[in-house]
Amino acid sequence: MRVQLFIPCYVDQFFPNVAIASLELLEKLGCEVVYPLHQTCCGQPMANTGYAHLASACDSNFAANFNGADYIVCPSGSCTLHIKEHLHVSDTTLQHNIRKHVYELNEFIVDVLGVKKIKATFPHKVGYHASCHGQRGLHLSSMSELMVAAFSKPAMLLQSVEGLSLYYPKRADECCGFGGTFCVTEEAVSVKMGVDRLQEHVANGVTYITGNDMSCLMHLQGIIDRQSLPLQTIHIAEILNKTETLCR
Amino acid sequence: MSLAHANNAAKFIANEERTNWHDDTLWFIRSKRDNAAASLPEWEQLREIASTIKAHTLDHLETYLIEFEANATKNGVQIHWANDALEHNAIVLNILNATNIKQMVKSKSMLTEECHLNQYLQANGIQVVDTDLGERIVQLRNEIPSHIVLPAIHLKKQDVSETFHQHLQSQKDNNDPTYLTRVAREHLREHFFASKVALTGVNFAVASTGSIVVCTNEGNADLGVHTADIHIASMGIEKLIPKPEHLSTFLRLLARSATGQPITTYSSHFTKPQAGKQMHVIIVNNKRTEQLAQDDFRSSLKCIRCAACFNTCPVYRRSGGHSYHTAIAGPIGSILSPNIDMKANADLPFASTLCGSCTNVCPVKIDIHNQLWKWRQRIVQEGYDATSKKVAMKGMSVVLANPKWYRLTGKLGRWMIKYFPSLANNPYLNVWAKQRNMPKVPDASFREWYIKNRKKV
Repeated sequence: MRVQLFIPCYVDQFFPNVAIASLELLEKLGCEVVYPLHQTCCGQPMANTGYAHLASACDSNFAANFNGADYIVCPSGSCTLHIKEHLHVSDTTLQHNIRKHVYELNEFIVDVLGVKKIKATFPHKVGYHASCHGQRGLHLSSMSELMVAAFSKPAMLLQSVEGLSLYYPKRADECCGFGGTFCVTEEAVSVKMGVDRLQEHVANGVTYITGNDMSCLMHLQGIIDRQSLPLQTIHIAEILNKTETLCR
Repeated sequence: MSLAHANNAAKFIANEERTNWHDDTLWFIRSKRDNAAASLPEWEQLREIASTIKAHTLDHLETYLIEFEANATKNGVQIHWANDALEHNAIVLNILNATNIKQMVKSKSMLTEECHLNQYLQANGIQVVDTDLGERIVQLRNEIPSHIVLPAIHLKKQDVSETFHQHLQSQKDNNDPTYLTRVAREHLREHFFASKVALTGVNFAVASTGSIVVCTNEGNADLGVHTADIHIASMGIEKLIPKPEHLSTFLRLLARSATGQPITTYSSHFTKPQAGKQMHVIIVNNKRTEQLAQDDFRSSLKCIRCAACFNTCPVYRRSGGHSYHTAIAGPIGSILSPNIDMKANADLPFASTLCGSCTNVCPVKIDIHNQLWKWRQRIVQEGYDATSKKVAMKGMSVVLANPKWYRLTGKLGRWMIKYFPSLANNPYLNVWAKQRNMPKVPDASFREWYIKNRKKV
């Protein structure tokens, strides 16, 4: 299966290990992975700040890079959701095809590849951070507000990892406060939200916090480093990739 | 664009202990809501039905408004139409002046907050006493409600005790809630008996019967109406539902969403004036028709004012209702207020992380977080964004759309953080770094790694 890897701009620049883990993981799962070399940003920072009209050049560049892809896979719920909901190009067939074929990494592994278990090993206490756009936007997991049966695609994969014990914070799916430009325009609220999330994970005594959006984890890690808290963040792809063998 | 919300929120958060208490208190109410919702296997179905009824009513609003007017008039109710806040206030004043009445009791009505009725009447020599306990507390303090269901939720019992001591001569430092409630009850009873006019809000107006329903937990609307000669009810045009059989859906959802109760303690139906008394209903537009005309925002008029979106909002819980500087705070206020005054409220749609929890708890399924996103676009298009933001976004959009510029800027950024960490972590230059460290930067981007390790030549 041929997969085009869509790497968020800030992951490309600041967290290459997350992108490498995503690529290696998909390869171990039997995919042929291609990274279109001229991709940049999905345009979300502009659009969520009210400047969707300035994102058209980003949209065109994105569409040019991923034209004809069978599967576009991205290790970020937020950027995936943005493409799904807000990519606009003049060629509406192309727009439709891209929106339809873009998947968040966990979603792709579970729904498209049909993989429910990953043969990885990570013998640690891990706290789960449900990033909002993946959860409430892409429905990667059930949501505490809705009265429906509980499920979680990322948690299902994590629970199959050998040695890993998964912990949820008291408020299992409260936002961490990153929120894109919100993290600087509403700095006080943003940090307070992050601090509160972290305290619940610290109370659980976890060594790691994982999730599927590096943006949330970057925000939380920034507070962890500033306050010297006894835990660290790790992207879910980095955990699932802790394996030498084929995962299936 | 003003930064009012962000600045107000920062001040609120400066008192961390109180912020934690506010956050925990409202989260407790959200949890009660969850339990109440979970107790009904048909919860999600109820939301869907409520949403459908409201959407249908909005689609045929003119028909239902006329039907309501005809039926209410038949019942002996006097109907008034007000196109804006000022007209609404003038109608109330005229009713009072016609009988030379100088005082009035008022149960909870967010519409009268929106219209600034109290200030208007007071300026015209009328004494208004809010009879909802929380409303009375904030009124004595000369504040506005910080929450539409729990108006004084920003206050602790010590604050209430101090306020009552100052205004109602209660015992100083007696913080016993039972004592304070009794003080309030005695004080309010005097006003209930003395006032010949009682104003109430309207939770639901039933078109086919011409009757209105008012929901309270304190019974203060009923006490006011039954002791008065004149009952004035103020309602926005969106309060209509077609038939009485639709009420059960909303009454089951309203209190469960608001406080986790199965139903409000009092759900009072008013259909006609008592013998020898008057009943007036003022139907208010105040720009609701403008909202109705906009496809992106019309569903916001489905709102039944339960405040579930307040209680779940992680931003609201940590910034307090007053940070929103509007009659209706919280996520729903942030999509209603720009319609009333876009310039003054341009900051509010940005006071959200777009987490989407508000949309999920909404009993009438308003897509609040999507509308916040759309208001951001509108506010920028209308030019109410800050110039600095405009310039930054313009620059960013150019760099991020061009692969070469993007790669160069990324490299430069990483180089800066690596070699000038004190600059990158300077809180005066970089707001991020006030309370957070910058990420540790890698030497190479993923693209560079990929070209080296994977690219097929």
